[in-house]
Amino acid sequence: MPRLSVWMIRTALLALTAGATLGALMLAAPGTAGVARWRPLHAELLLVGWTVQLAFGVAYWILPRFRSGPERGPESFGWAAFVLVNVGVLLVGVGRSAAGAEMWALAGRAAEGLAAAAFVAQAWPRVKPFR
Amino acid sequence: MPTLTRWLVKAALVWLVTALLLGVAMQLPAAAQVPLLRAAWPTYLHLVTVGWLTQLIVGVALWLFPKHSAARPRGSERLGWVTFAFLNLGLLLRVLGEPGRALGYDTRLPLAVSAIAQLVAVGAFVLNVWPRVRER
Repeated sequence: MPRLSVWMIRTALLALTAGATLGALMLAAPGTAGVARWRPLHAELLLVGWTVQLAFGVAYWILPRFRSGPERGPESFGWAAFVLVNVGVLLVGVGRSAAGAEMWALAGRAAEGLAAAAFVAQAWPRVKPFR
Repeated sequence: MPTLTRWLVKAALVWLVTALLLGVAMQLPAAAQVPLLRAAWPTYLHLVTVGWLTQLIVGVALWLFPKHSAARPRGSERLGWVTFAFLNLGLLLRVLGEPGRALGYDTRLPLAVSAIAQLVAVGAFVLNVWPRVRER
């Protein structure tokens, strides 16, 4: 498994753990210490930080490779996707959970959009028949 | 396909069908008059994301991720079964307890057990699969 996939999948596992912990607190003690206000962070960690990032990591690992040049294409696009998606998750999650931080959420959505674009730029040419 | 993966994937399929049937019921014209269905949105969402999506990922990951070792290719079988049992127990308690809470019943105990069970399932899965996510 390439190094980038290891970072993406392990970060996805951390997002799963953090998101599930928040979810467990909300389910077990919904009225405690304003925990319910962190629902957007819970959702963002699990929907984007866990599932989307896991898909990025697995796809980077198993999509068909190139015979010449870098076998998985330009690695920089993949690393950009990794950084941007995690910055995006945190900004959106905190921005939608904390009062008066709506601009953080907007910046986070932009980061997630750029992460998707970088990932697509890396993955698109690899979606091809085996030779 | 290993036995554990078969159980995880088949349980995921059962939750998917359950979620979609609940989704149909929630959209029926009469659903607005049924308090149980009006309160079912969080349950529906978690049936899809935890019961179906996450459980399917867990099943496939335990099957296809790089081998742990020659002696234990899929890591700890016991942790895998803990994941399966606690994830589904937690989800079942949620399905029973969450609508009850919305209807005003005291469901604190089953929901607390559900929360702990799902957290244990996630912890067992992460511990089990973490060493298999490595460079080769």
